[in-house]
Amino acid sequence: MDALPPVHGAPGPSAETTAPLAGGVVPPATTARLFLAADPTFAAHRAVYGPMPSIEHPNALVDELRLSGLDGRGGAGFAVWRKVAAVRNSSARRSKRPIVVANGSEGEPLSRKDETLMRRAPHLVIDGLLACAAVVGATDATLYVSTEGANVMRAAMAERADAAHVAVVVAPDGFVTGEATAVANALEHGVSVPRDHVVHLSESGVRGRPTLVQNVETLAQLALIARFGAAWFRSIGTADEPGTRVVTVSGAVDIPQVIEVAGGTPIRAIIDACMRPDHTLAGSLIDGSATPLSATEGRPSPVRAVLVGGYHGGWVPGDRLSVPLSRAELAPYGAQPGAGVLFVLGATACGLETSANIAAYLAGQSAGQCGVCVNGLPAMADVLSRLAARHRDARLPAEITRLADLVTGRGSCSHPDGTARFVLSSLTAFETDVRAHLEGRCEVHG
Amino acid sequence: MAARRLESTSGASRDGTAGRMPVRLHIDWTRCDGRGLCTELLADQLTRDEWGYPLARRADDASNVPIPAAQLDAAHDAVALCPRQALRLVAE
Repeated sequence: MDALPPVHGAPGPSAETTAPLAGGVVPPATTARLFLAADPTFAAHRAVYGPMPSIEHPNALVDELRLSGLDGRGGAGFAVWRKVAAVRNSSARRSKRPIVVANGSEGEPLSRKDETLMRRAPHLVIDGLLACAAVVGATDATLYVSTEGANVMRAAMAERADAAHVAVVVAPDGFVTGEATAVANALEHGVSVPRDHVVHLSESGVRGRPTLVQNVETLAQLALIARFGAAWFRSIGTADEPGTRVVTVSGAVDIPQVIEVAGGTPIRAIIDACMRPDHTLAGSLIDGSATPLSATEGRPSPVRAVLVGGYHGGWVPGDRLSVPLSRAELAPYGAQPGAGVLFVLGATACGLETSANIAAYLAGQSAGQCGVCVNGLPAMADVLSRLAARHRDARLPAEITRLADLVTGRGSCSHPDGTARFVLSSLTAFETDVRAHLEGRCEVHG
Repeated sequence: MAARRLESTSGASRDGTAGRMPVRLHIDWTRCDGRGLCTELLADQLTRDEWGYPLARRADDASNVPIPAAQLDAAHDAVALCPRQALRLVAE
């Protein structure tokens, strides 16, 4: 997954209104919204999106965010307007200047969307960050990004006068370094590990100040909502999953890529957009309303399962790919749209082996601070690896479930919870293969 | 979690003024070393897992353990005596 082809938006329905705004700017009419600029320069950005409106009525933008239904794109999917309003309110109540942070650290190994967004559309991120700062009354704005992100964002900031005060902090590599309290710790102490908290960062974060941490895609989306409004945002996607989201598709696809898709798009359609025409899945799977086509009849599905939401997400089995990228419909699989990660497991790969490898990786990514995480995740990964290795011990699944329950909720961040959720989803998605493994067989390897 | 920190060892709490509001024992897992003192003082609320760390016997939130009014003094003792200073009481 080193070289990703250029980003493009999937074809989608046109927006209802595309009347030109002041300056002749036309609101984006298709799912290609975030990557319309011809290049990453400020001039190209302004040519496509027009100037960012000044935030004269902060509450009006908070309302617009609420109406838009924009959720956070860093993983947790929290309603953006609630976080913004919470920081604004606690800042007023406690008379403390807030801090805003754009989080582009992207510690998830399967995700490239934030890096791609910063490389292709850095000025949307800056617009969104400055708008957030204006709404909550922050004078301190920080970009917390990877080394490459820092380079492209510095170059973009140098093109405009209004971002001169924005600080850039380079995030170290690591799965948990982008967790919100780790971000606060990095800014306050220079150490990117999660920290204990009894109140939200929006109440008390960096040096006790109300702290707003938003993913860079969230900020880019916010910059468009500030320009074109909530109704425009909702003109694509579904009622429950409005707007677009940027997803990273990797694994067993012809064209691994970062792609902007409409909210609520079925997983299968996203995978098909990453396949050569003769490889698409449409109609080839027996799944709900899908109709097998004669041309694809008898062809085995090339997809065993799709990991949705990244390493803290969940597996959607290969015969359930009509499931849309929607919070409600992914919930039964322990997955959520989250940071937009789709990892496709091909038909020739064992889901339990892959899951055991990921669980072992996650165990190794513990920040090492919380004893339950330090001890529990390796224990859980170890039992899963024994199951993957076809140990004939019928107690293994129950032991995995017990350890998953034991670690959940018992760390300073959600790493144990996310790891437990992922491991449990592997038992569910590959349920029949679990039984095979306990009998010394494997559905894939025989 | 919406919670605010209580003055954990203040006399005001001990004389019962704080006892009227629901209180939870917050465990700072980044400090906890599994010494186990809290699990002895609050045996009805906490047990130990296989690695020695405190494990709530019943809790919707495993890091913020509900403390009944009758156990408030014991909870204050656990906070004060924790060798790792990993505990505090928070109001719900």
